[in-house]
Amino acid sequence: MNTAGFPLLSLVTFLPLAGALIIMMVRGEEAVVARNARWTALWASLITLALSLLLWTGFDQSTAEFQFVEQVDWLPEYGVGYHMGVDGISVLFILLSTLLTPLCILASWESVQTRVREYMVAFLVLEAMMIGMFAALDFVLFYIFFEAVLIPMFLIIGIWGGARRVYAALKFFLYTLAGSLLMLLAILAVWYEAGTTDIPTLMETAFSPRMQFWLFLAFFASFAVKVPMWPVHTWLPDAHVEAPTAGSVILAGVLLKMGAYGFLRFSLPLLPQASADFAPLIFALSVIAVIYTSLVALAQEDMKKLIAYSSIAHMGIVTLGIFTFTAQGLSGALFTMLSHGVVSGALFLCVGVLYDRVHSREIARYGGVAKIMPAYALVFMVFTMASVALPGLAGFPGELLVIVGAFKVNPWVALGACMGMILGAAYALYLYRRVIFGKIVREDLKTLLDLSPREYATFAPLILLTIWMGVYPSSFLNFFEATVAALVARHEAALGAARLAGM
Amino acid sequence: MYVGAIFFPLLGACIAGFLGRWIGDKPAQWATVFFMALAAVCGSAAFIDVALGSAPGVVPLFTFIDVGGFEVSWALRYDTLSVVMVAMVTFISTLIHLYSVGYMSHDATIPRFFAYLSLFTFMMLMLVTADNLVQLFFGWEGVGLASYLLIGYWYEKESANRAAMKAFIVNRVGDVFFMLGLALTFWTFQSVEFETIFAGIEAAQGQTFLGLPAFEVIGVLLFLGACGKSAQIGLHTWLPDAMEGPTPVSALIHAATMVTAGVFLMVRMSPVLEYAPTTLTVITIVGATTAIFAATIGCVQNDIKRIIAYSTCSQLGYMFFAVGVGAYQAAMFHLFTHAFFKALLFLGAGSVIHAMSDEQDIRRMGGIWKKIPLTYVMMWVGSLALAGVPYFAGYYSKDMVLEVAYAAHSGAGMYAFAMGLLAAFLTAFYSWRLIILTFHGAPRADHHTMEHVHESPWTMMVPLLALSAGAVMTGYYFYDMFVGHHQTYFWNGAIFTSATNQVLEHAHHVPSWVPLAPTVVGLSGIALAYVMYMFAPKLPAMLANALPGVHRFLLNKWYFDELYDAIFVRPAMHLARVFWKTGDTRIIDGMPNGAASLAVGVAGGAVRLQSGRVASYAFTMIIGLVLFVSLILVGMPR
Repeated sequence: MNTAGFPLLSLVTFLPLAGALIIMMVRGEEAVVARNARWTALWASLITLALSLLLWTGFDQSTAEFQFVEQVDWLPEYGVGYHMGVDGISVLFILLSTLLTPLCILASWESVQTRVREYMVAFLVLEAMMIGMFAALDFVLFYIFFEAVLIPMFLIIGIWGGARRVYAALKFFLYTLAGSLLMLLAILAVWYEAGTTDIPTLMETAFSPRMQFWLFLAFFASFAVKVPMWPVHTWLPDAHVEAPTAGSVILAGVLLKMGAYGFLRFSLPLLPQASADFAPLIFALSVIAVIYTSLVALAQEDMKKLIAYSSIAHMGIVTLGIFTFTAQGLSGALFTMLSHGVVSGALFLCVGVLYDRVHSREIARYGGVAKIMPAYALVFMVFTMASVALPGLAGFPGELLVIVGAFKVNPWVALGACMGMILGAAYALYLYRRVIFGKIVREDLKTLLDLSPREYATFAPLILLTIWMGVYPSSFLNFFEATVAALVARHEAALGAARLAGM
Repeated sequence: MYVGAIFFPLLGACIAGFLGRWIGDKPAQWATVFFMALAAVCGSAAFIDVALGSAPGVVPLFTFIDVGGFEVSWALRYDTLSVVMVAMVTFISTLIHLYSVGYMSHDATIPRFFAYLSLFTFMMLMLVTADNLVQLFFGWEGVGLASYLLIGYWYEKESANRAAMKAFIVNRVGDVFFMLGLALTFWTFQSVEFETIFAGIEAAQGQTFLGLPAFEVIGVLLFLGACGKSAQIGLHTWLPDAMEGPTPVSALIHAATMVTAGVFLMVRMSPVLEYAPTTLTVITIVGATTAIFAATIGCVQNDIKRIIAYSTCSQLGYMFFAVGVGAYQAAMFHLFTHAFFKALLFLGAGSVIHAMSDEQDIRRMGGIWKKIPLTYVMMWVGSLALAGVPYFAGYYSKDMVLEVAYAAHSGAGMYAFAMGLLAAFLTAFYSWRLIILTFHGAPRADHHTMEHVHESPWTMMVPLLALSAGAVMTGYYFYDMFVGHHQTYFWNGAIFTSATNQVLEHAHHVPSWVPLAPTVVGLSGIALAYVMYMFAPKLPAMLANALPGVHRFLLNKWYFDELYDAIFVRPAMHLARVFWKTGDTRIIDGMPNGAASLAVGVAGGAVRLQSGRVASYAFTMIIGLVLFVSLILVGMPR
């Protein structure tokens, strides 16, 4: 039935749920339950990670076809099925999700002390939903996962968050839900038009230009909020600031990728004409996002808020790359999504390290940390530089490819994206300087301990990955090369056909 | 051997950086020195093989990116151009590692320093042996990172942190243009590999970009990138501030190697530049302007390192206008000799600073030449070479640069020649101003410091001696290879000059006063410095009082920092606040939050409407009626 010989994707998707079930069944004293919950969650996520590595080894890079496909009829009379599969676009995001989850659980080991069981359950459910979303090949299935992700995230922010957690959680929920409802309408329209919600089938369906226009707008409303694109980005800084560290990591690492993934999976292949028509708008919004949010990041006084704004700027690069419709731009966008997932996740972990010790996110509260925490300073430096897109680290190949791709479409857009290079360096180094460099003024900072073994274990895989992605990016780019090439070819063919029809 | 020359420094950096805490300061620092020396041996051997034996080659490593025809590989390109740089960088870096052993001996985190220094060397070597523009950019940014880390090495000093950040960000401005130039190169040549680019020159010649010749745009974009790294006027502001770093860093990064990367890039791209005449003119003018501009500032600065920094800036201007008139060989020659004597000057200055208990202001020095005679001699040798006094290294290279500018027979060339000559005069002047104020006259330091003045340890003096040998001999010894009779054989196609470009040939046949002129102005500059600071020490103050405007203008470095602060830094910060507080909080967030409160308000209002009072019902009815009637009346005529 597929390359693995057994339903690998379903297994990877629902294994975390099994872990969650086990955790829920544990009874006993508070401390015992908490310890059991932690270990069970860690093991469940590690086994999921190990299983998902089969995707890495078993994936055939030479084809753009969907792989590891599973198809079961569900509501045949409505053309809705349980259809799972991955291609070059989605496979690495599943791996990103399965990698970040155990790290998040490790990061929450000590910092989460209340309702540990529920917290771990929420995280495992979240993981399952994320993986399912990337693996879904049916629109209805996708929508279910897409929306279901919101619930655990809403709870994580709203229950284990900071002081204004309820406001932030509600804002997060309402913003994303408002967009998603329009997507639901669009899905209904698609189903009404094509009679099926099977994505591979839909890719062969041509929609009329008028239809494409409205569908695109509806999808856009949903995905733009998720990305988030300017000017619907303000939920993100609030959500990040209030979320617990691990929540921020997942939010930045995986959830932000859902919007861009949606563009790649639906807008581009299903609505080529509308995508091409709307590209200038996206370029404008992306360039504004890059410059505007980078500037806003420069003025921030809260570490997490600063990194949150920097994420929006990076996502601007991603949306820009996607709508260049060039192989370079698309690959660059995908690569930036992956690298941003690793790097910004790691940056939030870095903030978490300090937050766990001092319980403050205020930048002015720190200074001179390098003196007492040299290893931490080095780790933070690596990720800061990766975020600045220093060549040799993860951030660079993606940005380079996007700029090269954008340059072909419109050099001025490329120049706008390049502005992010300057401003990005400014805010990142400014943050680093204020937190890590300088003289220690505050007495209580002098007693801080450097990284613990658990923290080393959390950072080590991320550092390795950051360097690996920076030095040898082809090992990742090869995964989506065939898919991207097919996407570009199909896009050009569709546009060509439309042009012919217009004549 | 070829791989070793590049990767040994990285190995050293890793050992010192990661294991330094466990193996201790001494083993860590000597490990880096050892691997650096090993790299220097490999580098010299490569120089003999490739440059003297003319056996260029490429060592491929592995694929970096391959997307839709955008193919980039890691590879080490060994031709004469790169091997000259490799030999020079590894040699000078080894000396500076050795020097640092003495200079940094009282530092708290020695392994960190040596790790950075070796990391820098590795990045620089990657830059010069790059086989394509992306790898070059890797080294380019890598040296920027190392420079950032080393300028801010003493991170407890606020000024050092600020200077480090400034260096990185100003360089990034240049890098943006580099990046755009890279993108345009790819879309023009369908490749960023040098081999393919150079082979595709003919085919791509007619291409235009936004209505302009593509070659010109590529040239200007890459040149703007080079301006950032090589501190040309406009993007030079970071270099003087970079002197916040330890002195060996200034010698290695901000004098001998990194700042010349821009010149190297221009020479590397010579096949493209040869077909971009307008770009060459721009380069000539910018280079010449930088040469004179930095020299004027150098005349009035009081920080010993900053004077030398401005001198570096000025000398880089020379190299650029040599490129601009098409004499890439002369630019490389000056780059090569300059590395030796400028590193010597910086290390000499470091030895002075070391002796003076970390004093850097030349107004608080003086009268120490008898106490540190060897350093004094070294500073003389360096200055003589810098001023272009005959038979020292700078004499050969600077003369050559000025001759080619003259021989270009173009307006820009003449401008460069005039400015270069004037700058040569000022160079000699400020060099001797520095020597006289630092070493001669009555001691102006306090008693305590003067008691401590001592000659530096051997680890610092050996590099000084080796570099001074270079400052004396490299000019004479390498003249024929770089720019003389053997140059075609020596460069072996690594530098491309078109058939019409005979500037190097013409330079050998300029009128006899032209080669003489730099020496004459140099000697008169020295003489003037003696008059003003030795024999009539009141003169400079009088002059400053007589021309207060000029003096202040120069002292404040032409007000570049103030200008940039006013037009870039402060508006950006202001805009940042406006976007955040007004854009995000009030407008974007205001709408949903406003909608929410509106909903609450409307609900409240609706409650209030049904108050049961007849008067308010009647009032509402009247208003409704009025509206209704007026609508009908307005709608009537249609």
